[in-house]
Amino acid sequence: MVNYINYTSLILIFPLIGFLINGVFGSKLKSEKLIGSISVLGVSIPFFISSLILIQMLSSNIDERLYIVNLFSWIDVGSLKINVSYLIDELSIIMTLIVTGVGALIHIYAIGYMHGDKSFWRFFAYLNLFIFAMLNLVLADNFLLMFLGWEGVGLCSYLLIGFWYDRNFDKSTTADAAKKAFIVNRIGDFGFLIALFLIFTNFGSLEFVDVITQASVLQSGDELLTAITLLLFLGATGKSAQIPLFVWLPDAMAGPTPVSALIHAATMVTAGVYLLARTSAIFILAPFTMNVVAIIGITTAIFAGTIGLVQNDIKKVLAYSTISQLGYMFLACGVGAFSAAIFHLMTHAFFKALLFLAAGSVIHALHHEQDIYKMGGLKKYLPITFFTFLIAALAISGIPPLSGFFSKDEILYKAFSFGSFWYWFFGFIGAGLTTLYMMRLVYLTFYGNENFDDSIKPHESPKVMTIPLIVLAILSAIGGLIGIPHALGGTNYFEEFLEPVFKTSNSQLPFVFENITTEYLLMALSVAISICAIWYARNLFLQNLKKSELIKNKFSSAHNILVNKYFVDEFYEKIFINPIKKLSDSFLWKWFDIKIIDGLINNSAKFIQYLSSVLVKVQTGVTENYVQIFVLGVTLILLKIIL
Amino acid sequence: MTFIDQYILSILTFSPIIGVIILFLFRVKNSISSKTIGLISSIITFAISIYIYSKFDLTQNAFQFVQANQLFIDLDIKYAVGIDGLSLILILLTTFLTPITILSAFKSIEKRVNEFIVMMLMLEVGMIGVFVSTDLFLFYIFWEAILIPMYFIIGIWGGQNRIYATIKFFIFTMAGSLLMLVAILWMGNYAVAQSIGKFSTDYLVLLEIAKSIPENVQLYLFLAFTISFAIKVPLFPLHTWLPDAHVEAPTAGSVILAGVLLKMGTYGLVRFSLPLFPMATIYFTPLFATLAVFGIIYGALVSLVQTDLKKLVAYSSVSHLGFVVLGIFAATEESIQGSILQMVNHGLSTGALFLLVGMIYERRHTREISDFGGLAKSIPIFSTFFMIVTLSSIGLPGLNGFVGEFLILVGSFNSSNLNSNWFTIFATSGVILSAVYMLWMFQRVIFGKIKNEANSKISDLSKREVAVLVPIIIFIIWIGVYPTTFLSISSNSTKKVVAYFEKNNQSQTMFLENK
Repeated sequence: MVNYINYTSLILIFPLIGFLINGVFGSKLKSEKLIGSISVLGVSIPFFISSLILIQMLSSNIDERLYIVNLFSWIDVGSLKINVSYLIDELSIIMTLIVTGVGALIHIYAIGYMHGDKSFWRFFAYLNLFIFAMLNLVLADNFLLMFLGWEGVGLCSYLLIGFWYDRNFDKSTTADAAKKAFIVNRIGDFGFLIALFLIFTNFGSLEFVDVITQASVLQSGDELLTAITLLLFLGATGKSAQIPLFVWLPDAMAGPTPVSALIHAATMVTAGVYLLARTSAIFILAPFTMNVVAIIGITTAIFAGTIGLVQNDIKKVLAYSTISQLGYMFLACGVGAFSAAIFHLMTHAFFKALLFLAAGSVIHALHHEQDIYKMGGLKKYLPITFFTFLIAALAISGIPPLSGFFSKDEILYKAFSFGSFWYWFFGFIGAGLTTLYMMRLVYLTFYGNENFDDSIKPHESPKVMTIPLIVLAILSAIGGLIGIPHALGGTNYFEEFLEPVFKTSNSQLPFVFENITTEYLLMALSVAISICAIWYARNLFLQNLKKSELIKNKFSSAHNILVNKYFVDEFYEKIFINPIKKLSDSFLWKWFDIKIIDGLINNSAKFIQYLSSVLVKVQTGVTENYVQIFVLGVTLILLKIIL
Repeated sequence: MTFIDQYILSILTFSPIIGVIILFLFRVKNSISSKTIGLISSIITFAISIYIYSKFDLTQNAFQFVQANQLFIDLDIKYAVGIDGLSLILILLTTFLTPITILSAFKSIEKRVNEFIVMMLMLEVGMIGVFVSTDLFLFYIFWEAILIPMYFIIGIWGGQNRIYATIKFFIFTMAGSLLMLVAILWMGNYAVAQSIGKFSTDYLVLLEIAKSIPENVQLYLFLAFTISFAIKVPLFPLHTWLPDAHVEAPTAGSVILAGVLLKMGTYGLVRFSLPLFPMATIYFTPLFATLAVFGIIYGALVSLVQTDLKKLVAYSSVSHLGFVVLGIFAATEESIQGSILQMVNHGLSTGALFLLVGMIYERRHTREISDFGGLAKSIPIFSTFFMIVTLSSIGLPGLNGFVGEFLILVGSFNSSNLNSNWFTIFATSGVILSAVYMLWMFQRVIFGKIKNEANSKISDLSKREVAVLVPIIIFIIWIGVYPTTFLSISSNSTKKVVAYFEKNNQSQTMFLENK
């Protein structure tokens, strides 16, 4: 029998080859089809290989599902030994499938979406590079290689946000948005790096397996572990756009829509969640950090949800929705329900990628219009787009039996049983918010009056774009079925499959008596709130638009705060950015460097010059002066001798 | 050992003179032919250095290809050369960068071409000489000799304010080297009373006797050497000559200055300060590590607000070299290996940055950041190279800068000599700041709409310019992906320094405790 593990390196090599071909020769390849196909192959072949690996894994024993594939030694200095080597287990193979599977669909879609762009080749080169980096991130068997992927995806995000580098975006430019994303992420990376130093100093290794084995011996609540996990989590808040580092993600919408779908919804932004899941055995021993994670998660979920309610740019609403949904995943991590987090990560990848792609289809049809108040009535023009968008919206709203229902309910249930009532309660409120802002999008975009310009004749996107939509819609609809909870007669297959990865962390969880009545009740409540929210949204944004205006005016100050996103950007600008610029410019450079340090040196040079200019006066060149001095000297010497 | 191998280091050191002689002998008038002669001559030197690398025994830690000739009868002053891994890697950097800089000057240098080439070649002689000398007297001669061609390169082919910059550069370094000279003479004289029995400047002899020097004097000697090196590095607050020198120097001068000359300072720290005075190193580590970390943050913040591209790169060097100095004073194997690799990295990426800045300067005759914008549209090839080099400079994993920085930081974090994590934690914030100043600059130069019409008419890189940059890019990626090739060169020298340092500091901690 063929051992597919041996082909692991191909998973990484294909996207790299795709990047190199398109990156180096792309400008000379005239055919968009060729460029697109190379790129799609670069991501779909890895999908195919990892599917085979998954099948092989399923047919092998549960305790033989972890493989390490070592390629070469990367850094080897003193006691620091880092290999380029990959870890294949249940978790990483699921991540790989999501990245390459959803990735391939988005690549295909992008062939249609980017049609005619003058830098078509560059776009696809970057996309493949992204896939390469992302696969390094999820497959790495050590922290440093993961960090390489981590930074690599950040770079691609930077390049793709600023892809249309000469365009304006909001009040600034796409280039500003790109730079902001990179720098905010670097603040998180600072935490990540310090965590790596701590890990290496204390455990002498950066390999996951090693570190986890050694850390597991330590006491729960150990200060070292708390420090490490908090720092890692700081890194996660950057990449996964959580409070306080979420500010870059809404601006990241400056990138082309397929990028928003792939990087800023389905894959890269979930890297923080993956990091926590990968190191769950360490996190579980740091209860303090776990509380921080849960609180940040749920706070972000509500916070971003409220902002999402009032944004008018279709992509911005989806961006805040992503931040909010990531908050749910962190809530799950924080209460120790790591497999629930990964489950939601997966379903979210399906429906959020779909939402973005469908939104892209709308934007495409309306010639780059993104304001939902300039849309409306698109249902009949874009039937496939509408239908798929609706499925995704209902899935994220948690309407059974769509995928979001299972994954979100699992999080809410675990938050209730492992966490506290309040975690559940805010999660429940957040679920209502989610449905409200999603249905607002649905009604304002697809129903009601046609508010777009008469000159625009919207028509459905080409097949290359709609087929990925349909596939994702199917996944969004049925993707949750692999995780049907016991309460509903399922076996929660997904959780069972991931069990070996989270064995250590699960063993630390408090034993909770499974109470089916509670579970039913919670389920019923969250379905109820979603249905109410749908009804309310229909009322406000379809039947009674004036009423929503009225509400807006009545709470105008609250509305203003939400529209301005709680003024967080302005706050950061005033508190951090401006003072640093000012300090550097007028104080450090113009005063300290030039006036003080350099001034000191130049002045001491001037002082010496002055001294010599005094001394030089002695050299008058007039014979009489010399004679006078000579006589004076002789006289003094004589006096000295005589006296 | 064959005859050639015995003299190979001398051959290497003085091989650039072939070009000089040809230029003088044939009185070449055509500027292109004299540049070509310079280029070929420096490529020959590079080839010789590759030959040496191929013959170099990586498993050893002693000096190799040793050659020593007594210069005086009564004094133990020698023409003594020899290399270990540390010297070799910096020699390779030097011989690699010199042909690149000469090639880069093909268009920009138009006046006094012969003299320029001669100066560049003589500079190369001096730089290689510094790295091969195993006698401090010889080392000092080369160290000082470099000032002369550099003085002329800035003074003749420099910008508007070149005289001020040259004199400042000259006086700064002179002041430092005089301190070093005094220290060398003191130590040489000290040898007279030791078993050797005569004045000696032999590195190995001094290494042996340094331990017995009275502790108080060791502190002074250490300072004399280290301040001299710190000026060259330059370590905050001794850095103010650097921005001026860089801004006024022609591109080739800047590249060599940043690429190699600054490394002479850090080389001196590893070669002399640490092994000769381990006790004083420990004593002064808090001071120098603080200055290094301060320099990292200070250099980055000041870079942030520069309006002139060259000044920005110059200040960023202060920040980058701060990492190198921190790694050296941390004195662990990881950190020193990181520092050595980072010397090379900085030579490559900052060298490339100066080359790139020079290339647009030739086209637009300005270096003001605000004069640019939107270059991605008009000169995409240039922009791509600029992007890669920028990423290398901010330490993106997969490129060279990351490996060096990470080794320095991880090694310093764990360092018993630094004895505190805070140095590393503050230094790590430099990772954020470097992204801020570099990406902000990059955005203003490359992205956005073309606001200034002049920017839309410029031509993209020529084949010659691509040929200048591609070799550097290859190494930027090579070091990032497979640094082992380079780390293994200096590995044994580093182990030796660290072992020597640790052995000596144990025996002398007693003294420190009394202090």
